[in-house]
Amino acid sequence: MATAGSGDELKVLGAWASPFLVRVLFALQLKGLRYEYVEVDLKEKNELLLASNPVHKKIPVLLHAGKPVCESQLIVQYIDEAFPASGPSFLPADTHARAVARFWGAYVDDKLLSSWKGIFATKDEEENAEAVRQTLAAADALEGAFRECSGEKLEWFGGDGVGYVDIVLGGLVPSMNVLELAVGIKVVDPDRTPLLAAWKDRFCALDAAKAAMPPLDRLLENAKKYLAEISFKTPASK
Amino acid sequence: MAEKGVKVFGMWASPMAIRLEWALRLKSVVYEYVDEDLGNKSDALLRYNPVTKKVPVLVHDGKPVVESAIIVEYIDEAWKDGYPIMPADPYERAQARFWANFADEKDLNGFVQCNAAVYPVFTATGEAQGKVVHEAQQCLKTLEKALEGKKFFGGDAVGYLDLVVGWYAYWLPIIEEVSGASVVTDEELPLMKAWFDRFLAVDVVKETLPPRDKLLALNTARREQLLTA
Repeated sequence: MATAGSGDELKVLGAWASPFLVRVLFALQLKGLRYEYVEVDLKEKNELLLASNPVHKKIPVLLHAGKPVCESQLIVQYIDEAFPASGPSFLPADTHARAVARFWGAYVDDKLLSSWKGIFATKDEEENAEAVRQTLAAADALEGAFRECSGEKLEWFGGDGVGYVDIVLGGLVPSMNVLELAVGIKVVDPDRTPLLAAWKDRFCALDAAKAAMPPLDRLLENAKKYLAEISFKTPASK
Repeated sequence: MAEKGVKVFGMWASPMAIRLEWALRLKSVVYEYVDEDLGNKSDALLRYNPVTKKVPVLVHDGKPVVESAIIVEYIDEAWKDGYPIMPADPYERAQARFWANFADEKDLNGFVQCNAAVYPVFTATGEAQGKVVHEAQQCLKTLEKALEGKKFFGGDAVGYLDLVVGWYAYWLPIIEEVSGASVVTDEELPLMKAWFDRFLAVDVVKETLPPRDKLLALNTARREQLLTA
């Protein structure tokens, strides 16, 4: 356990609805690390945020003894490397497996999330439908990755236990649930991606995940407001 | 029969592939370079990288590693007794990766990061060029902060971030020549310009750079193609 007041203090700057924040909180929970959470209102100027992340001015930011680490995946890697004695390692020991985990971690943001954002990007329904197809295709690729990475147990990307890709993809689980409830789009689906669907339920059952995820009803309400603001029309499914 | 050895699947003009060569040479690792025709990719490449089908790919004893920045970290870990590429300290590592992402990636929220800012310089013409050059310079000025007080991004010696960003030192002047734009100048980016010279003088870099005239010709032709498309 990290001790408070020893120059080792951990502070997290976040916004409650952010999937990127979920990753960081989940990682900290897995390691059993204590931290102070600071909610940042992104519509207001926040001096600490601007000082901590002058380049992007975005959350989450982890402050470790006052030194800022930015970008959720980098924060998760940092937590893993800076606290090797606390809790399980997120990355596997095998060098090749580490590279594979980093690849799929990057894939979640580069392919899955970027397509996902495309669903709401324009008013063009055909473009939105194409974004849905690409999102589902990315999920299909991750289903294959899960099979490749999870070993015999087929429980976690990390193999024997929760690992890096579980954390990275796990951050998106609340958003997946909201997407399904609000517009009926299932990023993971028991028919299309059975392994990921089971993984998602397993994830939600973890204490560390429950402690990291925002309340679903609040998130859903937030999402519905946003969808109304942009006059979103659910693309017809294929 | 287990496949042994190290192969790089790349393309002679690719700045992403050359990162691997720099990293491998810093580690004194012998490798075979496979030059791909990107218009007609080999079966081997597609077999080793079915997900993105892109170069570069590193194949180490038959196992593929994909994504150049990830491959560089892999090389550092796989030959950990050799030249140190990543910083030792976790905080420094996080900083190096942050700047590598800033240089390389498209930001999820559409914020322009360096590569995305530099690429338009290649094809911008007339009045639009001025705006595009300014934006590229702003990105590079931000990146330049990571150089302050140091010979290289890695400190006294070349490190991870130098390998990720190093391609600018050779490719950017070519882009400038081809497009007639002036981006990295002594006035606007003095630290970066000085670092360009130091980086290009590093042995593993000198050994691997593609011939300038060939690269210039390729980029001139590509630019013409893009402008008349």
